[in-house]
Amino acid sequence: MDIVVLMKLVPDLVEDLEIDADSGLLDRSFLRLVPNELDEHALEAALLLKERHGGTVTALALDVGDVDEALFTAVAKGTDRVAKITGAGFDQGVGNQRLAALFQEALADVPFDLILTGTQAVDDLDGFVGALLAERLGLPYVGYVTRIVPENGKYVARKEYPGGLNADIEVTGRVVLGIQAAERPPRYVVTSKIMEAMKTASIEEIEAGDAAADAEIRVTAMSLPESGTHAEMIAGSAVEIAEKLTKLLRERGVVT
Amino acid sequence: MCGEVCVVVETLRGEVTDITYTLLAAGRQLADGLKTRLTAVLIGHEVQALARTLGKAERVVCVEDASLADFNPDAYLRVITTIFEPHPPRVVLFGHTALGTDLACGAGRRLNIPVVTSCRTFSVEHAELRYSALTCGGKIIATGRLPAPSCVATVMSGGYRTEDGKVEKTPAIETRPVPARLDAARTRFKQYIEPPAGDVDIAKQPILISVGRGIQSKDNLALAEELAQALGGVVCASRPVIDQEWLPVTRLVGKSGKQVKPKLYLAIGISGAPEHLEGVPEAETMIAINTDEKAPIFDVAHYGATCNALELMPLLAQKLGQ
Amino acid sequence: MAVATSYEFLDKVIHATPDGEKIRKCLQCGTCSGICPYGFAMDYPPRSLIAALRADDWLGLLESDTIWLCVSCFACANVCPAKIPLTRGLLATLKTEMLVGGSIPQELQVALGNSRRYGNALGEAPSRRAEWVKGSPVPVPVLTGRKEQTDVLWFVGDYGSYHPRVQLVSQAMARILHALEVKFGILGAEEVSDGDAQASAGEGGLLALLARKNLRAMGKYSFKEIVTADPHAFNALKHEYPRLGLRHPVKHYVQFLVERLGRLKALLKTPLPMRVTFHDPCCLGRVNDNNIYEEPRELLRAIPGVKLVEMSHNRTLAICCGGGGGGMWLDGFSWEKAGTRTTDWRVKEAIVAGAQVLAVACPYETPRFEDAVKSTGNEGKLVVKDIVELLAESMFG
Repeated sequence: MDIVVLMKLVPDLVEDLEIDADSGLLDRSFLRLVPNELDEHALEAALLLKERHGGTVTALALDVGDVDEALFTAVAKGTDRVAKITGAGFDQGVGNQRLAALFQEALADVPFDLILTGTQAVDDLDGFVGALLAERLGLPYVGYVTRIVPENGKYVARKEYPGGLNADIEVTGRVVLGIQAAERPPRYVVTSKIMEAMKTASIEEIEAGDAAADAEIRVTAMSLPESGTHAEMIAGSAVEIAEKLTKLLRERGVVT
Repeated sequence: MCGEVCVVVETLRGEVTDITYTLLAAGRQLADGLKTRLTAVLIGHEVQALARTLGKAERVVCVEDASLADFNPDAYLRVITTIFEPHPPRVVLFGHTALGTDLACGAGRRLNIPVVTSCRTFSVEHAELRYSALTCGGKIIATGRLPAPSCVATVMSGGYRTEDGKVEKTPAIETRPVPARLDAARTRFKQYIEPPAGDVDIAKQPILISVGRGIQSKDNLALAEELAQALGGVVCASRPVIDQEWLPVTRLVGKSGKQVKPKLYLAIGISGAPEHLEGVPEAETMIAINTDEKAPIFDVAHYGATCNALELMPLLAQKLGQ
Repeated sequence: MAVATSYEFLDKVIHATPDGEKIRKCLQCGTCSGICPYGFAMDYPPRSLIAALRADDWLGLLESDTIWLCVSCFACANVCPAKIPLTRGLLATLKTEMLVGGSIPQELQVALGNSRRYGNALGEAPSRRAEWVKGSPVPVPVLTGRKEQTDVLWFVGDYGSYHPRVQLVSQAMARILHALEVKFGILGAEEVSDGDAQASAGEGGLLALLARKNLRAMGKYSFKEIVTADPHAFNALKHEYPRLGLRHPVKHYVQFLVERLGRLKALLKTPLPMRVTFHDPCCLGRVNDNNIYEEPRELLRAIPGVKLVEMSHNRTLAICCGGGGGGMWLDGFSWEKAGTRTTDWRVKEAIVAGAQVLAVACPYETPRFEDAVKSTGNEGKLVVKDIVELLAESMFG
């Protein structure tokens, strides 16, 4: 089973996000990029499949930010092959339509049975990259997948529905799956293994061609949510806050 | 359907889901703004009765087949494509859900039109359609024009009231034939897997103490349980806590879990990402405790405090007991 | 890279640790297992661990997860008659092997992942590491971008920077440094975790990574010595950083302040009439034979009105607060496995010793002991304060 995992680096929400005064869009100059959490789940799902059924895992990402660290970490976790798509201007931010086009181009000579990627990422605005790529490749797509079981030459993907409900969807042939969660949390890899990977492994570079994205969207403005309907903040020490909240809850008839 | 506004109805186990009515409310706004027709597309099996609840639309286009009884991404996508080709509508609205998003992007690509995701609200000004979407964990609002002449948009719940998508009117119902070669669909629905039974149904609880990443360790859950006892409520959680298996999935509040409308929602160490907030569309009183004063949850909660939750919980439990 | 047999592991221990070969001389006396605070809950306390290795039971060791109960308190190493470097050599190396094999409690994984990505175990935004300075009653110079020479680089640490309770300790420290007219500065957002606790949790590679970042930042500024309120940082900076390039002398504040005891005493105006007991931090005492036991007591005795009492386990026999070796981030795990906490024992010991105040000198301890005071139902009976907080109280009223 040859699996390709598509990984994306996204803005880290731990830091404050700022709007650039000139462009009116997200200020990317001091933005910290981190691997998309769901892509790490996708990688974990791929590695679990490889451990159970054999085959290879290839991780592919765009060359932005600390992508090298992310890819070497993937190697340290057991990924067989890692590659990054190089090109100009990626640091300005690449929409998912264009990203799907770039991935399609890069995968032209890569054999695969299965493509896994996180269902979504925090900065998605113009669609989900896995679903867009699936259509470009003429493959079916199932998102919100939490389990993959190969069965009689097909895959049974467990899909998450609202309300804690799940459903098994059987897929025939090659498929792109949007991962919502791997069967277990993404594995930890000890720092020394990553350091070793940096010394012994290498990241293939695939130069982006002129894969243009049609159907791109333009965001005219970005803003931080207004605190118009901001919560009434309660100040003081923990003891004082506990007292005020108790009073509040009694006044609102929540408790007697 | 060229120039029209369309809504792709979402059904689950024989019922129209709430998000559909959000879509109809949004769709109605867009259609009225453009002075055009709102059409609902309903795919399933024996769905005529459901079609009658979609009166906010002028008409419902139904495609029915036994193989379409349950959600099947590849088959549904084929149906959608045949309905909208060769002249896609001005806007096609899907729910931003596990079902809607599986179809929205594929539909956009097959029809060769752009897709805008995570929209919350729209506006119409002189036939120009604008969207407002929430991104980056709810920390950024992105606005722009819905691309012309045609585009797909996915809509999250919360921007419109579901009541505004309902009306006591029966729409015109049209039936379209099932496209050929539906049996060649590469996906097939196998079975549902029910959520584990035997635990509390948090959707029925009036008082909820919800814990998030800020709870830091499974150990600290005991503090939340004590507080829950003092309040006469039940502990629930956001996704990170469930993923760590500190609580069963029956306690998950959010897009992938339960939707709750309690009397009191006490959010402890929860940042307020949209996926979680979708799970609590309404709460009579929401109180949020988070050390990050910029956490999006404070834009939704009625009251908030930035103290250390681990310190506050036992104190609050104590005061309530007095 | 992973070790496959007991003998490969023993080889690793012997070659990677100074005095590692002493492990061959283990008499199986069992004193280590006896003195280990969590030995009773471990599948393989130190003595049994060595026995298992000698019996080539490597798989048995890998299958057990109780190694994570080890809090790197050095009690075993301190008491071993054969002077085997048990904590650093044997236990930390086993933790590393567990990590290499991918076996790690989820809580700890989060803390280590945060340390690697954000430079602090709490997962807080690196750019906000010096935000606490805004709430300080006295100015705290951040060295970033400054060219002038200063005397002291104050290494604040993760908890001193981000944890609301420990920020109060940082504020007290700032006030004292000012009162003593010390020329000091902090690295601010350029500082990352010292890496000590992470290394004793098996992630020596992570300490090296963090150290490189800290050393790169330090290299930009001119100062004479490093002072810290964090014994873990003290331990790492003193024992690990020199071979990675650090040349400056390193002191814990107890040493720094005792050097200035005369001037300090003159400023301690307000009497604090209380019975105080001191909890010896492992990293100042047993760890790496730092043996700093008297300086903290000198400082406490200098405060007018303070009556010093001793807990039954003090100095070399002090019981660890449970925060080291990754323990700070394994509370859920430890509670599940052991059903008890060393912090709770310590609080009870303090009360039995007749103390009203439990004095500490480590940023892990203030929050841990305050939690324990509550969970043992002793609120109102025992107060937890860092020594600098007591000094500041006496200095500023």
